[in-house]
Amino acid sequence: MKILVTAKRVEDPESKIKVKPDGSGIVQEGLKYKINPFDEIGVEEGLRLAAKHGGEVVVVSIGGKEVQEQLRHALAMGAHRAVWVNHTGTLDQLALAGLLQKVAEKEKPDMVILGKQSIDDDQNQVGQYLAEFLGWSQATFASKVESLESEQEKNKVPALQVGADGKTVRVVREVDNGLATLECALPAVVTTDLRLNLPRYASLPGIMKAKSKPIEELTPEKLGVDVTPKIQVLKMSSPPPRKAGIKVPDVATLVDKLRNEAKAV
Amino acid sequence: MDFELPESHRALKASLKDFCERKVKPYAREWDKDEKFPMEVVRELGQLGVLGMLVAEEYGGAAMDSLAVAVAVEEIARHDGSLALTVASHNGLGTSHIRVFGNDAQKRKYLPKLASGEWLGAWGLTEPGSGSDASGLKTTAVRKGDKWILNGAKMFITQGTVGHVFVVLALTTPEKRQKGITAFILEKGLPGFSQRPIHGKLGMRSSDTAELILEGVEVPDSQRLGELDHGFIDTLKILDKGRITIGALAVGLGRGAMEESVRYARERTAFGQPIAEFQGLRWMFADMKTEIDAARLLVHRSAWMADSGQPYTQAASMAKLFASEAAMRACNKAVQIHGGYGYTREFPVERYLRDAKLCEIGEGTSEIQRSIIAREIFKG
Repeated sequence: MKILVTAKRVEDPESKIKVKPDGSGIVQEGLKYKINPFDEIGVEEGLRLAAKHGGEVVVVSIGGKEVQEQLRHALAMGAHRAVWVNHTGTLDQLALAGLLQKVAEKEKPDMVILGKQSIDDDQNQVGQYLAEFLGWSQATFASKVESLESEQEKNKVPALQVGADGKTVRVVREVDNGLATLECALPAVVTTDLRLNLPRYASLPGIMKAKSKPIEELTPEKLGVDVTPKIQVLKMSSPPPRKAGIKVPDVATLVDKLRNEAKAV
Repeated sequence: MDFELPESHRALKASLKDFCERKVKPYAREWDKDEKFPMEVVRELGQLGVLGMLVAEEYGGAAMDSLAVAVAVEEIARHDGSLALTVASHNGLGTSHIRVFGNDAQKRKYLPKLASGEWLGAWGLTEPGSGSDASGLKTTAVRKGDKWILNGAKMFITQGTVGHVFVVLALTTPEKRQKGITAFILEKGLPGFSQRPIHGKLGMRSSDTAELILEGVEVPDSQRLGELDHGFIDTLKILDKGRITIGALAVGLGRGAMEESVRYARERTAFGQPIAEFQGLRWMFADMKTEIDAARLLVHRSAWMADSGQPYTQAASMAKLFASEAAMRACNKAVQIHGGYGYTREFPVERYLRDAKLCEIGEGTSEIQRSIIAREIFKG
């Protein structure tokens, strides 16, 4: 089977994010970047599916030349080849989904796996738009019943269960009140939640092999997608600093304050 | 000039950073306290290719270069000097001696299992009575038909008990002294070959160290490694490269000690302000940062010289000398900055200080490095 997985470049969560004084964005100088952690989980799941069922994992990223670093990371993990949609400048979620739709129509995968959201803007929209644009079934927030310490996880068993006829996929989803299981017709769009798997580390031989794996370059023009943003960010600002707490002398005062000041009990 | 690491080296660094933060950092203190060799984590490093970094692809290695080893060892040493020493010595000494001087049959037999970490490699040069004067070794190998009989002892051998493959240097033509030394490959379990673990080291406590005892150990001539009587010359070449790696290890320890101290100095307050605000401490940080960066540049330059086929003996000695002494200074400052807490196991800086001391001793003491550097200056 063929699996298309996204690899978005995001700010390293360990970096300190500062908003520019004029509110036009964040300060990018000195920031480190990495693959969106949810996408990395998607790459891992794709690799496990390909190991079990045979086939190919194609990884796609959209952005300037620098996103090749994230593509190489996915290739070093074991993805077979990469597609780079070369574009600099702002893209909204509709444009991203539109570009991915064209890549998916070109690649014709059995499944597209995306992170449920990327940890920069936390929008959680692209997977759902993409399924709609393609007219495919979708399963968001893919997770699994087994824990991340289980034998299945240690043996890298894929959590997404492809039916014996290869026409369906069974997905366990994380929902508010527990886990829900869906069966989707393939091709399908799946978005990953945090507890789907623990991604592997890129091995040294993997890193060396990744150097010679192909990265195909595409552009919005070649794909025929109008990426003019429909959404405009007006202003960014830091959250207000947290006020210092207070210390209370005893439990009685605490209960009193909770009841009469905070009105929490 | 370009001081940027190549992309593959950046990827290696990122991968090991994540690995160490999850699998090494939380446990290093316990391993040190209990002198526990973390076999499971070493095996995982093997699966990642970190134990066969210099080994060719055809033998299951990652076919990377000395710079990659330096980057990897620094990244591991930033959290655990002992584990970094395991990786450094396995790659740089035992495995490299077979990789560089082994014949095809020996490479086919040993390199794949060494590269995967299924077997760990050890290297025996130092003896109870000879360290810096390595050529004064007394272990003998006497030929008997197609076999060699080895007798003697080897001291402070890293991976001495956990290792499976041992490269051991022995006198084959005693009257020729250092031109009469030959290397042999021994496997664990040979009759007459035993290992005595050494406990109670000051630092590098979760790295495995042992004395090797050879009492009439018999091996066929096919276990002879390299040319007869050529072992010492080969050894010097192996040591040159090993020194780059020990320099990288020292850089990792110094960097770790500094990063821990930065975090501490921001949080710890005295006289109503974070201690990071005091000029006396800020100057310590400035020196640490400058010296660690300078050390890394020396290490990376010597690795680059080795990788691009230039003579690098002097550069490697300079890198090791400066990096290990800079690491000692940085770790000492780190303990000082932490004050009373720095003197306890609650904070990792005392461990970094104990581990760093090894860098001034192992694979050639600082005095030997100075001798080499000066010898190269006055050569010819």
